[in-house]
Amino acid sequence: MAEYLIRNGFVYDPVLGIDGDKKDIAVKDGKIVETTALSKPTEINAAGMTVMAAGVDVHAHVAGPKVCVGRNFRPEDKLFNSTPQAGIKRMEGGFSVPTTLRTGYNYARMGYGFVMEAAMPPLFARHVHEEIRDTPIIDEAALPVFGNNWFVLEYLKNKEIENTAAYIAWLLRVTKGFGIKNVNPGGTEAWGWGMNCETVNDVVPYFEITPAEIIRGLIEANEYLGLPHCMHVHGNSLGEPGNYTVTLDTLKQAEGYTAKNDFGRDTVLHHTHLQFHSYGGTSYSSKGFESKSKEVMDYVNKQDNITFDLGVVTLDETTTMTADGPFEHHLSHMNHLKWANVDVELETAAGVVPFIYNPKSYIAGAQWAVGIELGLYAKDMMKTYITTDHPNAGPFTRYPRVIKWLMSRAAREHMLEKELKYGDSIRNTCYIGEIDRELTLFEIAQMTRAGPAKVLGLSHMFGSLRPGCEGDVAIYPYNPEAIDPSRDPELIERAFSTAQYLIKGGEMVVKEGDIVSNGSKRTFWVDCTTSENPQVQRDISEKFKRYYSVTEANYEVSGHHYVPNPYVIEVDASQ
Amino acid sequence: MVPKIKLNLISGRTIQQGVSMEGGKEKPAYRNACGIIEIDPADFKKLGAWRNTNVRVTSTFGSVVVKAIEATQGPHPGLGWIPMGPWANQVINPNTYSTGMPTFKGTPVDVEAASDEEVLDSITLITRAVRGEL
Amino acid sequence: MAKLVTDVVCPFCGTLCDDLEVSVTDDGKKILDVYNACAIGAEKFLHSQASDRITRPRMQDEDGNWKDVSYDEAVEYTAKILADAKKPLMYGWSSTNCESQAVGTQIGEVTGAIMDNTATVCHGTTLIAVQDVGIPSCTLGEVVNRADRIVFWGCNPAHAHPRHMSRYSIYPRGFFTGKGQKSRKLVVIDPRCTDTSKLADYHLQIEQGRDYELFDAFRVAFKGEKLPDTVAGIPKKTIYEVAETMKSGRFGIIFFGMGVTQSLSKNHNIDAAISVTRDLNDYSKWSIMPMRGHYNVTGSGEVWGWLHGFPFALDLSRGFARYNPGDTTSNDLLRRDEVDAVFVLGSDPGAHFPFGSVKKIWGLPSVCIDPHITPTSAVCKLHVPVAFVGVETGGCAYRMDNVPIECRKVVEPPEGMLTDEEFLKKVLTRVKELKGA
Ligand code: SF4
Ligand SMILES: [Zn+2]
Repeated sequence: MAEYLIRNGFVYDPVLGIDGDKKDIAVKDGKIVETTALSKPTEINAAGMTVMAAGVDVHAHVAGPKVCVGRNFRPEDKLFNSTPQAGIKRMEGGFSVPTTLRTGYNYARMGYGFVMEAAMPPLFARHVHEEIRDTPIIDEAALPVFGNNWFVLEYLKNKEIENTAAYIAWLLRVTKGFGIKNVNPGGTEAWGWGMNCETVNDVVPYFEITPAEIIRGLIEANEYLGLPHCMHVHGNSLGEPGNYTVTLDTLKQAEGYTAKNDFGRDTVLHHTHLQFHSYGGTSYSSKGFESKSKEVMDYVNKQDNITFDLGVVTLDETTTMTADGPFEHHLSHMNHLKWANVDVELETAAGVVPFIYNPKSYIAGAQWAVGIELGLYAKDMMKTYITTDHPNAGPFTRYPRVIKWLMSRAAREHMLEKELKYGDSIRNTCYIGEIDRELTLFEIAQMTRAGPAKVLGLSHMFGSLRPGCEGDVAIYPYNPEAIDPSRDPELIERAFSTAQYLIKGGEMVVKEGDIVSNGSKRTFWVDCTTSENPQVQRDISEKFKRYYSVTEANYEVSGHHYVPNPYVIEVDASQ
Repeated sequence: MVPKIKLNLISGRTIQQGVSMEGGKEKPAYRNACGIIEIDPADFKKLGAWRNTNVRVTSTFGSVVVKAIEATQGPHPGLGWIPMGPWANQVINPNTYSTGMPTFKGTPVDVEAASDEEVLDSITLITRAVRGEL
Repeated sequence: MAKLVTDVVCPFCGTLCDDLEVSVTDDGKKILDVYNACAIGAEKFLHSQASDRITRPRMQDEDGNWKDVSYDEAVEYTAKILADAKKPLMYGWSSTNCESQAVGTQIGEVTGAIMDNTATVCHGTTLIAVQDVGIPSCTLGEVVNRADRIVFWGCNPAHAHPRHMSRYSIYPRGFFTGKGQKSRKLVVIDPRCTDTSKLADYHLQIEQGRDYELFDAFRVAFKGEKLPDTVAGIPKKTIYEVAETMKSGRFGIIFFGMGVTQSLSKNHNIDAAISVTRDLNDYSKWSIMPMRGHYNVTGSGEVWGWLHGFPFALDLSRGFARYNPGDTTSNDLLRRDEVDAVFVLGSDPGAHFPFGSVKKIWGLPSVCIDPHITPTSAVCKLHVPVAFVGVETGGCAYRMDNVPIECRKVVEPPEGMLTDEEFLKKVLTRVKELKGA
């Protein structure tokens, strides 16, 4: 394999505490090595450029059934943006729900190397894996959803953590999943009857359990197993004015728990797209709505066992999609656009609705403000991650724009003054106008690589340029000595949109901004061993016999064509 | 003069169509399953033909000989039913009206007795039709 | 001696039953019997064993005389007509696995083909309607476990999806539906008295082609507004009564078929059907699902969806993906003489396209890849028999509710026969050489 020596770049590596020092980085046999280990490297002159470990995305919807619903039911999303095949690069299309090919290429262009598909319906695991397989370059994994799963609801109602854990371990193995996702706990099962759970104390119809109990039970099962990632929750009442109290109640469920695992993870609850969950007030109008980002962050900043991602609204026309079925139904009644829904037997649901975050409307601008505020109020940037809940709040290709807003007050002022129609109302009802903070490149590196790698339990591989880590290096055309974020914020966005080079797994895949290789992507999954559990085995067989529409033997994802290049993380929870 | 009746033709699946298709479209069973038109007893009366005689079905778009049998899933006076397949597709309305979908259901046809004519098997029907030999 | 293969998936219809059992000889070469399948599914397995089966590619001359050729010659001819064509049509893709669909799509990319699947004559109009108004739906197990209202509109599962009613819709006892059929009300809307309508609590014998009006009448009735005395041949009293039955369910579903997709109004019928479903969600929980025909037509829409963003009528001829039904759909292209080579795999347009389109195929360089002799193979220049997917090779297929299931291989294909995927991979390699890609 090729050897690379990346010379003279400004290096940012929060794990090693390197903050823009000029350093050489060496890559050999797919890994980062000491520069002394190279014999005949290809040299890359990174002088005047920024060098970081490749990006790690903790939460995006990039592969699987609901993403494909979004693609197929929105031909308009591909209008005027398709690009032809060129060299080894295949045809691309799509904006908010790009094809798998464009998804891989665009992440690579932004210097990303690992992406977590944030919601895998277990019954559709094959579909998720086929799309992951056909997404070039980037390593990926997927989180199966558990928060409305009948096994989990029944076990947790009886406080059977061990059985819950055994079931989870089994499901991760048969679906080739990575960890525990928990979307609108209990509410999506209620949606089976057209209902919802709006607070953590609403009782799930028939199953007689509350969202709070589900959240705690899944945290306990997660730590019982010692999985690499923590319980990853999307709380109840997403998007509702006044929901920040529900959010605080959700976050409080983590109190008293500590992380138990061998992967260097020290938190037990990840709350995703916190922006959608930090609203005050009673309506979406400028008279009825207010940001509660500060109140939420006051709590988060005091905790040491919670992480979150932002979910910043990027003011685009996009496609919303979530396992929060009742929310999407609600949304379709607000914007009267097309609505797709899929309820999945015994497991979950999903809804998809196109959405236009119109900068000329008050509420879209206010939502934008809330997301940015969360990032600016955060104290521990290793626990605060940049996302757009792609494609819900905006496409992932806007991360560079989010970085610009976080790094430059001038860019935010420009939004409030020039781009948003209701800038003044937004200043009055949100905090954004009062905040001076401008994040540094070191903090951005925490939020986009070191931090996400850590919470995913993958810090031994990703997020740092420490020798021994994967040979994943991004080089951006950004000269921190020459660029002043307050004067040239656009240069931030441009630089992070188009990495000059990306080395992925030791191989050059982006060269001078062009895709030059389809890489050798891997699918990560967690194989967790537990002790024999005959009761859970019996329950599984029983449910398949009576309630599933497929047989137990046809449920497991196996076969080379689904996961041709696996990277299996083994966890021993049998003790 | 041979009486002619007008029917509204629809086509679709039948279990015999499915079974015989998997059994081999070149076989007589496929012709027996799909080279037919199901007609309501009331329409048979107007046609003045016996059950199980061959008839010629003609539309603006083409013409085909099939065997007339009594409706198995009737009554449906005024409707003719030819199981989906090459016989129906000789006469259905091919216009898609910019949807891509031919109008397989709802084609006005004339039906007349044609007891001397033969119902061809699917392969003969198609290979002769493409050569303009029908 | 025989061995039993269990949990076998039936590669015929979109019901995609996965509980078949097939007994095979110990050497794994011969199928002895098929259990649990319907008559069609059983025939599919048993006929794969026919003694007169074609096992080698063959080409026909102008006069219709066939001669055997090797697979290498077949690959060469196929690659060449695709590479030489300005705008080849690659049609079918519904009776094969997703792996073959993915390889085929790459061939389409390299040769600038138009890719179309059998949705074009089946549920293509549904896919168009979904792009207009979306689709609230569910998996079939949800119907098993929750549904107390079932509507079959313009479809006849007793014939087209024979095990649908027993596995998913009318009869099964599920978690919240312990009484099975007794816990459900069945409505059938069909211009004929079908073997399905005979089971119904309400059969609305609609005037053929007037579905749009009746859908709209239901929307009026849900709101309690006034209707004319009859709509589409149905008395208003019945419409109000059935509307009330639908609203009063806890969980309902509308299954619809080609009676709605192929009649005049086409996608507008489906728009209206989906809007009915949307409306019903203001009163209780409702879903709607197309009764997809071929066992993996759904899969080809998914594969093209993730690779190129469109579920059918995928035009790659300009170097990137376009989609415009009526323009990039097979029958329109054939009728307008817009394609200059035809490749068919996993479908039989010779039997199922209007004859005018079939005649156009006959006049073009053409290849048919199909285990059977079909009207399509009869009009194509080259016929390439292949192993049966789901019988002689496995692979992924998507059920009508988009649930992906891995098909099983139960016996070996005849000596020396290629699978779809193997044949396509050879063609891909060759077209890349020819195109210098
Ligand atoms: S219903 Fe369809 S899938 Fe099931 S056995 Fe019959 S043909 Fe096969
Ligand atoms: Zn999400």
